[in-house]
Amino acid sequence: MITAKQRAEFRTHFRYNVKKRLIIDKIATGIVIGFVALAIIPLGSILLEVTKNGSAALSIEFLTQIPGAIGTGEGGIGPAIQGTMLIIAASSMIGVPIGILSGIFLSEFGDNRYAKTIRFFNDVMAEFPSIVIGIFAFLVIVLVLGHFSLWAGAFALSIIMLPIIARTTEESLKLVPITYREAGYALGLKRWIIITRIVLSSAKSGMITGIMLAVARIGGETAPLIMTILGSSQFFSGFDGPIDALPLRIWRLSLLPYDSAQAQGWGAALILILIVLSVNIGVRYIFLRKSGGAGLFYFRSVKRRQR
Amino acid sequence: MSTTEGTFSPLNNLTPSDSDYKLIAENVIAKYNGVEAVKNVSIKFKNKAVTALIGPSGCGKTTLLRCLNRMHELTKGASLTGRVLLDGEDLYSNEQNPIVLRRKIGMVFQKPNPFPTMSIYDNVAAGLKLNGLKNKTIIDEIVRSCLEMSYLWDEVKNDLKKPGMSLSGGQQQRLCIARALAIQPEVLLMDEPASALDPLATQKIEEMITELKKEYTIIIVTHNMQQAMRVSDYTGFMYLGNLIEFGETRQIFENPKNETTAKYVQGQFG
Repeated sequence: MITAKQRAEFRTHFRYNVKKRLIIDKIATGIVIGFVALAIIPLGSILLEVTKNGSAALSIEFLTQIPGAIGTGEGGIGPAIQGTMLIIAASSMIGVPIGILSGIFLSEFGDNRYAKTIRFFNDVMAEFPSIVIGIFAFLVIVLVLGHFSLWAGAFALSIIMLPIIARTTEESLKLVPITYREAGYALGLKRWIIITRIVLSSAKSGMITGIMLAVARIGGETAPLIMTILGSSQFFSGFDGPIDALPLRIWRLSLLPYDSAQAQGWGAALILILIVLSVNIGVRYIFLRKSGGAGLFYFRSVKRRQR
Repeated sequence: MSTTEGTFSPLNNLTPSDSDYKLIAENVIAKYNGVEAVKNVSIKFKNKAVTALIGPSGCGKTTLLRCLNRMHELTKGASLTGRVLLDGEDLYSNEQNPIVLRRKIGMVFQKPNPFPTMSIYDNVAAGLKLNGLKNKTIIDEIVRSCLEMSYLWDEVKNDLKKPGMSLSGGQQQRLCIARALAIQPEVLLMDEPASALDPLATQKIEEMITELKKEYTIIIVTHNMQQAMRVSDYTGFMYLGNLIEFGETRQIFENPKNETTAKYVQGQFG
């Protein structure tokens, strides 16, 4: 039994502690804010640098023309823009459905050894160096078909997308409370209807964030593209030849010893960032504007869901 | 029916034609990972009556309820032996499809759980639409009648397009009841439907239950003994996984045969 005296001692102790804890709380908050600022500095300075150096190169001609003669600073990055859009679309066509289905499997049917193995290899796959994936695609697609092609690139990039989408889908689905699934079962709904019509729609904003992360990731991949689409200075002319892509073009331009080429490289980098950004915002707008809970930003929708 | 309906004695005279009883559980043993949550319970639920299951926390009432529409088996590690008969047919026989029978036995949960991405209308219509009903006129009618039955229509008739989550807790629970009613079940299982609600919302739900029992067989799990007294015709008292006593509500509360029941209904524990 605690005596009255002990209780009084505890009280003084805790009151003293409260002051100390408030100070610690302030310090901790300060540290967190400090590190966030630290993390934003490189992001901000990259954006600033790219915009500063890249905006000069921008012009209608730059966006639509094929590259001019090396060193002249003429021509543009039209084929690269076209190629990047094509390859993002083609990779997503392969990677998104398979990734989402894998995520559904891992979350909804993933309570067995088989799924645990898949989950493990999925995580391993996410760590693979992309050049290795590029070489793999080179071996199984490029060498077999005998030419570099859009599909070889899409194949390689979709392999990079897969683990990201599968994992984020799985995590988003697991966030959907079991009570919604139970409500579905109690209505006599079939399992796949519960998953597709109730669980997926509740997890939509998280899944879209995952897909956008994957798109952003493959949008900037260079190494696997060297092995699969090679790069080109001509517009897309068919599925059996090399095409260009922005990361490849940036890489090539940056290697050239001419100021004009460097400036075009910065311009291409700026365009790449803008493409990824607008795809991201566009997709969110299309898919999330109707669902009452989720706005343009995943962060906001998470806060609402928790309420 | 006699007031001292035997629950420990083997249930004799049980035939499929026993039409007084909508739902009959026989020797139900329900386990979670080998631990018995419901220990050999046999109980009969009368047609078009309200049966309350009372008892302290962890006594197995909710588990028993979930055995009645085969929700129990959805929990990981759950197992069950015994029989549950709906109109004389064993729910757990191989011919039964749990998905189909859950359309006959609706359920309302402890915490309101309207589907978060759906409007009020779509929540009520969910069971119909997602089960393949397409006729919009019929769906409209059912949505309206179910919202009326759950006394929610007047409050939401102008806001049917608003998200279900925008309603208050008590309204959400009535929305969930309307959703359960929409698929036209014969039995309604309610797992502490009012435990998260304020007295006014609770009163509305109780009024609704009294109204609904003209059409439905209702089984309600509750912590609240006053509620059991107010709404139910029959009451079963459960303790530590056993059905200790079962009988007419008045008898259970005023003249319990069992000592533990007496202590519980007098509020001496639990």
